Amino acid sequence: MMPDLLIALTMLSNFSLVATSRVSKAIQFAVFQGVLLGLMPLAMGLGRHFHIVLLAIAAVTVKGWLIPFLFRRALKQVHIQREVDPYIGYTVSLMLCALGTGLSLVLAHNLPLKPGTEYTLLVPASLATLFTGFLLLVSRRKALTQVVGYLVLENGIYLFGLLLVEDMPALVEAGILLDLFVGIFVMGIVINHIRVAFDSTDTRHLAELKD
Amino acid sequence: MSLFLLALLAAAASGVPGLFLRRKGGEVAAGLLGLAAVLGLWASLRVLSGVPGGAVTLRTASLGAPGFLVLDPLAAFFAIPVLLLSVAGALYSLGYWEGRRGNTPALRLVYGLLTASLLMLVMASHALTFLLAWEGMAITAFLLVMAEDREPETRRAGWIYLVATHTGTLLLFAAFALLAKIHGHSGFAALPTGLAATRGGTALFALFLLGFGFKAGVLPLHFWLPPAHAAAPSHVSALMSGVMLKMGILGLVRFLSWVPDPPIWWGGALVALGALSGVLGVAFALGQHDLKRLLAYHSIENIGIILLGLGLGALGKSLGNPVMQTLGFAGALLHVVNHSLFKGLLFLSAGSVLHATGTRNLEQLGGLGQRMPWTSGAFLAGSWAICGLPPLNGFVSEWLIYLGAFRGLGPNLGPGRQGWPVVILLSLALIGALALACFAKAFGAVFLGLPRTGTAARAHEAPRTMLLPMGLLALACLAIGVAPILFAPALGRVADAMGPATGAALPALAGLPMISLVALVLGLLALLLWRWLRPMPRRDDRPTWDCGYAAPDARMQYTASSFADGLVRGLRWALRPAVHLPKVSGWFPRPTRYESHVPDPILDRAAAPALRFTVRGAALLRIAQGGALPVYLLYVLLTLLALLVWMVA
Repeated sequence: MMPDLLIALTMLSNFSLVATSRVSKAIQFAVFQGVLLGLMPLAMGLGRHFHIVLLAIAAVTVKGWLIPFLFRRALKQVHIQREVDPYIGYTVSLMLCALGTGLSLVLAHNLPLKPGTEYTLLVPASLATLFTGFLLLVSRRKALTQVVGYLVLENGIYLFGLLLVEDMPALVEAGILLDLFVGIFVMGIVINHIRVAFDSTDTRHLAELKD
Repeated sequence: MSLFLLALLAAAASGVPGLFLRRKGGEVAAGLLGLAAVLGLWASLRVLSGVPGGAVTLRTASLGAPGFLVLDPLAAFFAIPVLLLSVAGALYSLGYWEGRRGNTPALRLVYGLLTASLLMLVMASHALTFLLAWEGMAITAFLLVMAEDREPETRRAGWIYLVATHTGTLLLFAAFALLAKIHGHSGFAALPTGLAATRGGTALFALFLLGFGFKAGVLPLHFWLPPAHAAAPSHVSALMSGVMLKMGILGLVRFLSWVPDPPIWWGGALVALGALSGVLGVAFALGQHDLKRLLAYHSIENIGIILLGLGLGALGKSLGNPVMQTLGFAGALLHVVNHSLFKGLLFLSAGSVLHATGTRNLEQLGGLGQRMPWTSGAFLAGSWAICGLPPLNGFVSEWLIYLGAFRGLGPNLGPGRQGWPVVILLSLALIGALALACFAKAFGAVFLGLPRTGTAARAHEAPRTMLLPMGLLALACLAIGVAPILFAPALGRVADAMGPATGAALPALAGLPMISLVALVLGLLALLLWRWLRPMPRRDDRPTWDCGYAAPDARMQYTASSFADGLVRGLRWALRPAVHLPKVSGWFPRPTRYESHVPDPILDRAAAPALRFTVRGAALLRIAQGGALPVYLLYVLLTLLALLVWMVA
């Protein structure tokens, strides 16, 4: 019961993510989603494995404390609050997100999965979160929102990994967290450099760099 | 085998110490390559003397083939020129290249890597290792061609080479994919009987012929070769022309060794291409003014001779004529080694000339024989060998091919097939005569007569580190030419790899003991004559081309162009020389200039336009490169979606 509730909340936060225009709101939703997913293994009743408890603690710490901290700092540096005129508008984004969620339900229904999986919603939710992350990456102009998209993408991958969490060695899981952290870190630096070079964090300026 | 792998490692690492050493990096590299040559030659000679060579095997189910690297007689045979020329080139570069430019350490490193790629390539017995080494060779060679990348001409040559070699590789990928479909794995193995006559067999042959033809420089796929050889540093040209081109031949030989029953037209196609490359290659060489370009065209000519031999062998295999088969393949294989020896020697001597005078233009040289006696001797030895004159090695391999073609003329050939041996004989004779004319022109213009410019007059002899490798190569040419019988067992063992074993009969077939005997007798006679004729008439120093004229001038001598003019005009239909004739008018005409050059028609009229067309077409792909990160991410998303849908459906 508990895992299904968390998954439902995750999918709902997907919709909020694509519909919001405030950057700080988007960050809050992404962090909320991250914490939800960090609690997910415990809710799935995997608390008996020590390394999975460790993983959950690490995930909650990184996603609930470290990443928001880094985001707040970046936000302070670049002085933006709103994502103005994204490539794809909020209504259309919402519709695309719904479409993606529907598509992932269909796909997950047809995917050849390990028999005996308890949580049937896990795979569609993971795919839907992946699509949402991609949608954010593709449709937003500000580098900061793109980082949020990247974060959501990673959440989707993490969710998929939960399916195999009992078989996966802790190393791989730690790898996901590290990858995420490094991703945020690098993007933070990149954002700062874009700002310094172009005096704005609009990624449109990057097109000037093409061959 | 382990010795050979050690040699490979030593070659690959030869340039590494030089990256950290402040001085003596070149000496260390040459030493390591020398070590590689000793180890590798020892391993190769053991295999060629009949000891099984061993193999590197990696039993991975996913790659599904028994061996990856095998040191069989064919590999050992092709490894010999690689080892010899790479160490000769490294030694030569000490005097030739060291300290000339800032990129010397990088050049040494890449040179070692090219040698290692070549060594891996000869041993490759799996499509994976073969293509890996093939690409390694192509890219390292590209970097070496670009050594003097400040010259626009060099950059152009490098890019043309890169495009040509990758086009060839693309064809090879297709060929190996087809081969893997037939075998069920990507290892090298004999093809089933009867396959060669099917459409699949034809496609394989065509793809391999084109793919390897690009590398070997078979006309009309040769267009990258003259500019690249002219632009590269001379010791690199020696390695490229002497060894790298031969890797195309190695590929063809390997392919032919898999086919138990080649159709007759395969041999015919090889002979036709060989005749075309041979005759036109030497014809184009006649029209060149650039010494290294001239030598490059001669590489095309010699690849033609090798193809004639291969074609003869393949014809013999199809017709079940073991004499033709053995002599053809043995001649072709021996010519591979021979050409690498004398062409290496020629490129190194040309490098000495370039080093001493700073120009490759024949019309600005002359009279170097007095100033650079050792270099001119080396060049003469190389020219002598390349023209196929006894007692040097070029004679022996051409002799084998001639003999095979004559033996093929008998009535057992059947009606309608007499033509091929006749084509081989005629084109070989034509090539030999034209090559002699061409080297008379080159040697005469560079080393005889009077210096045409001040730089030629101030030329100096090359340092000893440059002369030593030239001397070694010249000695190797002489050894094979005088005592071919010593090398016959090894050659027979390699020729056996090409089909039913008949190689043991090679010495008797070709009368090889006779060659040594005649050489010995003639040598003694010459020695005696020299002793008798010692009291020569008194030496009288006169300027060359005096002709009784009171005020002789260096400009009065034959130029390289005027020497070759008659032949170039005779071959006008093929060469299409561009002549800029001056207009002479009035009673007292002003001084004027006459210019003629022979551009490469394939490069200028076919390859370059095709390249421009492709580049224009490729520009359309730029639309996909919008520069916007979201668009690139969209591509990823769409691919992901497509893959998911494809997997589910």
